[in-house]
Amino acid sequence: MEYFFQQLINGVTLGSIYGLIAIGYTMVFGIIGMVNFAHGDVFMLSTFIALIFLMVLTQVLGLGSLAVALFIVLIAAMLLTSLWAWAIERLAYRPLRGSFRLAPLISAIGMSIFLSNLVQVTQGPRYKPAPAILGDVITLYEGTDYTVTISHKQLLIMAVTAALLAAFWYLVQNTAIGRAQRACEQDRRMAALLGVDVNRTIALTFVLGAALAAVAGLLFMVYYGVVHFNDGFVPGVKAFTAAVLGGIGSLPGAVLGGLLIGLIETMWSAYFSIDYKDVATFSILAITLVFLPSGLLGKPEVEKV
Amino acid sequence: MAVAVPSSVSPAGSDTPSVGSRLVAAVKDAAGTALLALGLAVPILALRLDQDINNQPFLRPRWDYVATAVAVAFAARLAYLLIRPAFAGRRAAPTRATAPAATSARRIAQALAVGGLILLVIYPLLMLALVGRAGAIKWIDNFGIQILIYVMLGWGLNIVVGLAGLLDLGYVAFYAVGAYSTALLVHNFGFGFWLCLPLAGIFAALWGILLGFPVLRLRGDYLAIVTLAFGEIIRLVLINWVPVTNGYAGISGIPRPTFFGLPFNASDEGFAAFFGLEFTPLHRTIFLFYVILALALLTNWVTLRLRRLPVGRAWEALREDEIACRSLGINTTNTKLTAFAIGAGFGGFAGSFFAARQGFISPESFTFMESAIVVAIVVLGGMGSQLGVAIAAIAMIGGTEILRELDWLKQVFGPDFEPTQYRMLVFGLAMVVLMIWRPRGLIATRQPSIFLRERRAVKASLVKEGRG
Repeated sequence: MEYFFQQLINGVTLGSIYGLIAIGYTMVFGIIGMVNFAHGDVFMLSTFIALIFLMVLTQVLGLGSLAVALFIVLIAAMLLTSLWAWAIERLAYRPLRGSFRLAPLISAIGMSIFLSNLVQVTQGPRYKPAPAILGDVITLYEGTDYTVTISHKQLLIMAVTAALLAAFWYLVQNTAIGRAQRACEQDRRMAALLGVDVNRTIALTFVLGAALAAVAGLLFMVYYGVVHFNDGFVPGVKAFTAAVLGGIGSLPGAVLGGLLIGLIETMWSAYFSIDYKDVATFSILAITLVFLPSGLLGKPEVEKV
Repeated sequence: MAVAVPSSVSPAGSDTPSVGSRLVAAVKDAAGTALLALGLAVPILALRLDQDINNQPFLRPRWDYVATAVAVAFAARLAYLLIRPAFAGRRAAPTRATAPAATSARRIAQALAVGGLILLVIYPLLMLALVGRAGAIKWIDNFGIQILIYVMLGWGLNIVVGLAGLLDLGYVAFYAVGAYSTALLVHNFGFGFWLCLPLAGIFAALWGILLGFPVLRLRGDYLAIVTLAFGEIIRLVLINWVPVTNGYAGISGIPRPTFFGLPFNASDEGFAAFFGLEFTPLHRTIFLFYVILALALLTNWVTLRLRRLPVGRAWEALREDEIACRSLGINTTNTKLTAFAIGAGFGGFAGSFFAARQGFISPESFTFMESAIVVAIVVLGGMGSQLGVAIAAIAMIGGTEILRELDWLKQVFGPDFEPTQYRMLVFGLAMVVLMIWRPRGLIATRQPSIFLRERRAVKASLVKEGRG
């Protein structure tokens, strides 16, 4: 039982990261009906940006306070990753809007290959270690043969995820930006007729998704302690699975899906086989799409003839 | 208050700016792009994460990378802005393909296909004559065989994506099934390549049906993602099922194809000895070249014939409109499954050839990247166009292979510069640029296989396609 609780904590931690990435997929799919294939690599890029900034602050500038450093890194990573996402949308996706359906997907796959190879070429193909921070653990419950613990990292991940999701929810539900975003999602042409700048709103959707992916990137870097140029694809597909499982287009669905995927992956590794944990995720992706295409919280797609 | 008229504004009017003001505007615009490139490049390019001798991480400044990125962005944007008016003028020409124009386009395409075929047949001998024996192996193997494998994969996938309109991002799974079934049949039953080849195709086709069944109801992007998931599952099983597949270590010792039972080796029973020739590995390379050429042409021939059969017409109808298909009584289940199975079968042939050519296979060769490359070739070539797929394969694979030959760049950028590591970087960028330049692919016309009175090419933009 203690073992189960420990896995629950680990799973929720991992799920928070997936949920943050999944929001980027679900929002973009909701607004322009496109699988943003490069989103996983944008996330990977943000892990590198976060690590480089952390190194600059702690080693080059010698900033003493870790909390301040992490806060600055968070803001910087969010801003710079958003800039990348904005540029990608402007250069690779916007010219293809209204083109035939496969064109943006192929462009996104090309962008994904470009980003992972850009990082490989400029940063090198090796795993890059991050400084070990927040390694302390808190003992929650001491069992007879197993102790349930939660590390400071895990607390940080859960707290930051919860805080940013709350802020993001407020932004989408209660501000003019969020209203425009939701309006474009429902009916782009009508929104344009009513004076919403559709292009700007779509760009903003990419920017918001990337900012949340950057938060996930920083947390991922802190949690695992290494970054690698190839770490975009698999977390990206898992986060996409989360978005699909929760119901693509639904924001609470993306978070719920993320938590579920994190839990399933952790439990699968803990109780069945760690080698086949990715097979489990990919199978869930296929099964969900085949049998439950609208996901847990999504609206069913009505086909008009 | 006198307002000074800028000298660069031409008196003819503001709607036709002079060359000078256009240049100034272009430079300003390009400077903006360069600024953006600077913002993008600094966080990721300027400082490289490295480890010193004591494994302590430190940051190595690489400002030259940033400078290069900014300069490239500036130059590319400036060149684009200055060249664009020339393109814009050409695009104003009538877009609807008229009948005579379509006929002449078809003649050009036919001439290109026949010329290309002749060139391919004499290619090994041409290379032998041009660069001699030592250089010819590289040119036949790295360029000829490598490109032809992708041409064959592209044509195989073209049945699924181009004709039936089912976007398959896991095509590499069938390539892997073909390669692994060849390797396992060779090791467990001692079969030769020529027996494995058809079996590999059949196994891959069976897998195509097996994976095709669950995804019949899906469309568009969802179908793409599920096929991607299947492709990854097969790769992960190949990695983890160590007793059978030997995991990451892969399977080696796969025998090469024989020439009607004659192996290509230096022994007395070998090909060279039988024909009284001096032994050279070149014989095998040239033989492999003709084998893959024959396989690729077989794929092409079967596809062209199938297009004229009811099943081929049903594929194309399915691509255009699935609901109309059903209303007309076409069995969409069978139509989709045959497309999956036949496309997968050709992928299996290619995989079997790949295994026999390399003599060694491992899961590393069957990553998602391979699927993405093949899909890119099909879409960039112009979905459904056989010639377009071949041209795209030559451009994308040949283009990136040619980077291996650019040693002179080392003299420009210094000895540390390694052009090959930029291969996939250029590939990804080329995918984006080609998509923006020609979203419908290089050959964006459809040749109807049945027509009333006269044959007329149909512009691809008039076709919905890819909804399946």
